Amino acid sequence: MASLITCPHCGSRPKEEFSIRGEVRSRPEPAAPFETWYRYVYVRDNPKGRQKEYWHHVLGCRRWLVVERDTLTHEVYGVTDAAAYRASEVKEAAE
Amino acid sequence: MTASRLSSGGLVDRSRPVSFTFDGKSLSGFAGDTLASALIAEDRLLVGRSFKYHRPRGVLTAGSSEPNALLTIGTGARSEPNTRATVQELYDGLVAKSQNRWPSLDFDIGAFNSLLSPFLGAGFYYKTFMWPKAFWEKVYEPFIRMAAGLGKLTMESDPDRYEKAWAHCDLLVVGGGAAGLSAALTAGRAGLRVILADEDFLLGGSLNASRAAVGGVKAPDFAANAVSELSSLANVTLMPRTTVFGWFDDMVFGAAEKVQKHVAEPSHDRPVERLWRIVAKHAILATGAIERPLVFGGNDKPGILTASAVSTYVNRFGVTPGSRVAVFTSGGTGYRTAHDLKAAGIEVAAIIDTRDAAADRAPDGVKVHYRGAVVDTMGGKRLTGIITERSGFEEKIGCDALAMSGGWSPVIHLACQRGAKPVWSAEKQVFLAPESDPRLALAGAAAGLETLGEAIADGAAKAKAVLSALGKTAATADVPEVEEQDFAGHQPVWYVGGARSKAFVDYQNDVHVKDLALAQRENYTSIELTKRYTTSGMATDQGKIANVNATGIVASMRGVDPAVVGTTTFRPFYTPVSLGVIAGTSRDEHGRPVRRSPLHGWAEKNGAVFVEAGLWYRSSYFPKGEEKTWREAAHREVMAVRKAAGLCDVSTLGKIEVFGPDAAEFLNRLYCNPMLKLPVGKARYGLMLREDAMVHDDGTVSRLAENHFFITTTTAMAGEVLSHMEFYHQAQWPELKVRFVSVSDQWAQMAIAGPKARAILSRVVDADLSDEGFPYLSARDVRLKGGLSARLFRISFSGELAYELSVPAAYGEAVADYIMECGAEHGITPYGLEALNILRIEKGFVTHAELNGTVTADDAGYGKMMGMQKPDFVGKQMATRFGLTAADRMQLVGLKPVDPKNEIRAGAHLLREGAEPSMANDQGLVTSNCISPVLGHPIALALLKSGRERMGETIIVFDRLRGDEFPAIVCPPVFIDPENERLKGEAQVSPQAKEEASR
Repeated sequence: MASLITCPHCGSRPKEEFSIRGEVRSRPEPAAPFETWYRYVYVRDNPKGRQKEYWHHVLGCRRWLVVERDTLTHEVYGVTDAAAYRASEVKEAAE
Repeated sequence: MTASRLSSGGLVDRSRPVSFTFDGKSLSGFAGDTLASALIAEDRLLVGRSFKYHRPRGVLTAGSSEPNALLTIGTGARSEPNTRATVQELYDGLVAKSQNRWPSLDFDIGAFNSLLSPFLGAGFYYKTFMWPKAFWEKVYEPFIRMAAGLGKLTMESDPDRYEKAWAHCDLLVVGGGAAGLSAALTAGRAGLRVILADEDFLLGGSLNASRAAVGGVKAPDFAANAVSELSSLANVTLMPRTTVFGWFDDMVFGAAEKVQKHVAEPSHDRPVERLWRIVAKHAILATGAIERPLVFGGNDKPGILTASAVSTYVNRFGVTPGSRVAVFTSGGTGYRTAHDLKAAGIEVAAIIDTRDAAADRAPDGVKVHYRGAVVDTMGGKRLTGIITERSGFEEKIGCDALAMSGGWSPVIHLACQRGAKPVWSAEKQVFLAPESDPRLALAGAAAGLETLGEAIADGAAKAKAVLSALGKTAATADVPEVEEQDFAGHQPVWYVGGARSKAFVDYQNDVHVKDLALAQRENYTSIELTKRYTTSGMATDQGKIANVNATGIVASMRGVDPAVVGTTTFRPFYTPVSLGVIAGTSRDEHGRPVRRSPLHGWAEKNGAVFVEAGLWYRSSYFPKGEEKTWREAAHREVMAVRKAAGLCDVSTLGKIEVFGPDAAEFLNRLYCNPMLKLPVGKARYGLMLREDAMVHDDGTVSRLAENHFFITTTTAMAGEVLSHMEFYHQAQWPELKVRFVSVSDQWAQMAIAGPKARAILSRVVDADLSDEGFPYLSARDVRLKGGLSARLFRISFSGELAYELSVPAAYGEAVADYIMECGAEHGITPYGLEALNILRIEKGFVTHAELNGTVTADDAGYGKMMGMQKPDFVGKQMATRFGLTAADRMQLVGLKPVDPKNEIRAGAHLLREGAEPSMANDQGLVTSNCISPVLGHPIALALLKSGRERMGETIIVFDRLRGDEFPAIVCPPVFIDPENERLKGEAQVSPQAKEEASR
């Protein structure tokens, strides 16, 4: 587990200020097939290696962040605001 | 007198005597002593009894690896067990006590365990105490607990302060010895922000115990000069008395600083200890090496010390552990100590060298036994001599101390705490840390180097590497010359054969060589298993003394290389760290802050008994007169609400204001029931689901304006719901134009419930409160008669005509007082959580007792509420999946006992009549219960399989823990006023309901 997370709004902050929700999964469209929803709600990849996770800066700016980190080495590759991440995801899907 | 203070020498301040007590006896030392050096100066070599066999034990080392000299320091609430005398700085008034002995250190009944030792070998717990099973708790464990162990904790509360802090630097140097000082000087002179931390109170490490000359001055003077230069640099922070105990991710190091552990009465202005988290761009571990004992028969008698410890006591502290000291060594270290002893005028009895021949030169006149072995030692509580053996001939050598050296183990702990495995160096015969992170380097003895000169050069070189990594250049400075006699390295002898008595490997846990052999014979051959089976390395010293020897011995027994055996896992903490410093300031009310409602004062005035609910203090009930139990008070409060009126503090509910053109859409997606068309001025019950369709939380949603909502959550879920909303707004629907903020602490909120509520509130609120003017589920901004802005909601959690009034928090108490005044003539009664609970159970309203995370909206009876026509809401997709619509799901029902004397208690399970109690036959469980004051008998809410189809069925309430087993009737969960007549208030109450209420 990383000791420090660089919040895009608050800078480098100790991990105790955050709470972690788990891996990032895109919420399907309401009309998506049941199987897609089922996978979204119940199935986690739990990779050994790189993973994107939702972290909430609860004791800071209260923004949800997407932290990409290595579950094995704990290296953090990047931290993005979740809203910006979602926007880019939506844009990608449109293209 | 054998051990004594030398007439001169050492770094102690002989002009400042320090007095202390040991087991009640007054003794004295000097400023600059450790407790161990002062005890040795007073010829107190016996300082403790061993863990298992109660063998007499003395000081073994002069540092943090000490396994024997564990003492209880201080008195009363400040008594601290298991303190290593070898690192405890001596101070005036220090009170030390020995441990694990009874009745006294000199005469210890437990030593009788030694006679039992054939039965107390490794694994003896598992083999001996197997049967009879009942004996474990009553006989065996108490016996073992009494016989084995270390010091005892005080049960008094810690009177001292602790704190936590962060520090940031370019370079952290761990260890202030030759390599560390040299690294800090090189980096500090070049302008880096440097932190140098060392566990000792005197920086300098082994320089302070060396007779070498460094840079033309004595080694301790070189250290002092370096420290004084470093102190003068503004960019360098020196942290003596600070143990860096762990290396964590992102180059964060944990360190514990002993700020005031060297005074009898710490000043309250400062903490006694400080927990540091140090964020370093780079780190150099100059943590030195730990000298290994030799493992030979009788190697644990008081008077037997490691050679470097003997040198440290003689050179740094000016004390000697004996007047005639023998040396037993597998390499050059023993010879250095022999020279140190000789230089201090102490007689060296002999040098027993395990090697065939050696390059090392003994002091003049000292006899050397090559290929020698000590096979046993003489003496009881004090060494009196050794028995050596060479080529079948034995010899007794009289001596009162023995300096032994089995070689050195680099301190690589920190470097291996994050998963890196130590690497065996065949050349140096030591475990070294592998390269695992370019930002962390080891220097000096920690990197396997042996001489002072090498360490100083290496420290400077490693610091230069850091400088170049950070784009800086080192100022040119000479690496000082070291003038020191050369000593050869060691040829490890893991175990000295021919032992005539126990040869200890782990002193603190009393593990000897035969225990390790037993573990191998019984196939616990992996070093991790050997460790756990024998407990070798599991004591508070975490195997600093034992582990490498244990690996070597196990390797010899298995006939393999130590590289094959490997080491056990290194984990923080390097040395024991007090729980106090880990808690820091987070204790008592600072660790668990008390949340008081804005109406707390009102409740107190009215005699509330408070209950902790999370961090909140909530009024539980308001006892009056002769009432002895909560139930008497709560029942009176309930009847007051049903017949007249009551006032309840509901300020602890979570409150969130939601604004924005998309606020309605946002809430429509968060709640499972429709919110888009909620009219302005209206409130609605709201049910939030999780994505898996289980109920997340419930509360009310009020629309105060087109784009302004006010929602409430349950007390417990206030924070959770805010995070949930933030998640959906930020991570899922950032396009929605909505903003929200928690206002839980901004509003005091009170429920005024009962048929008289309207009459009372009409005197307080400046508004038409008639059914037409303010109908059920109205939610509006109002003014109180004095002009105060407030919010009024006509909502009910009791089934009565009820309002919730919100006023700004600071006005809460005054408004509540005024309502009580206005309601006095109507019999208004304060009611608490207990009455609130009874009122809602009578009406079948659910709380988190029912909504326990396994319950769907339909299970709770709210299935029809779900807006399945909405295109999307959280939980919609899963709500219709097979498992959640199955006919046998547990559904909310009411229960009444057949015999009204039987109280149904929450937690009980439900069984069909005649069914065996088993998981397979489980039909459900009781979630909430009370005795209904209105109905006069016990009632309960329960979750029952297919419950709604089973009305009228007799079911068994079963609770093995409390011995309950009796029949009850399944009924609808709403026990009173199913038609909701009472919501309308006094005028509209039907005769039937009136009768019910008056029963």
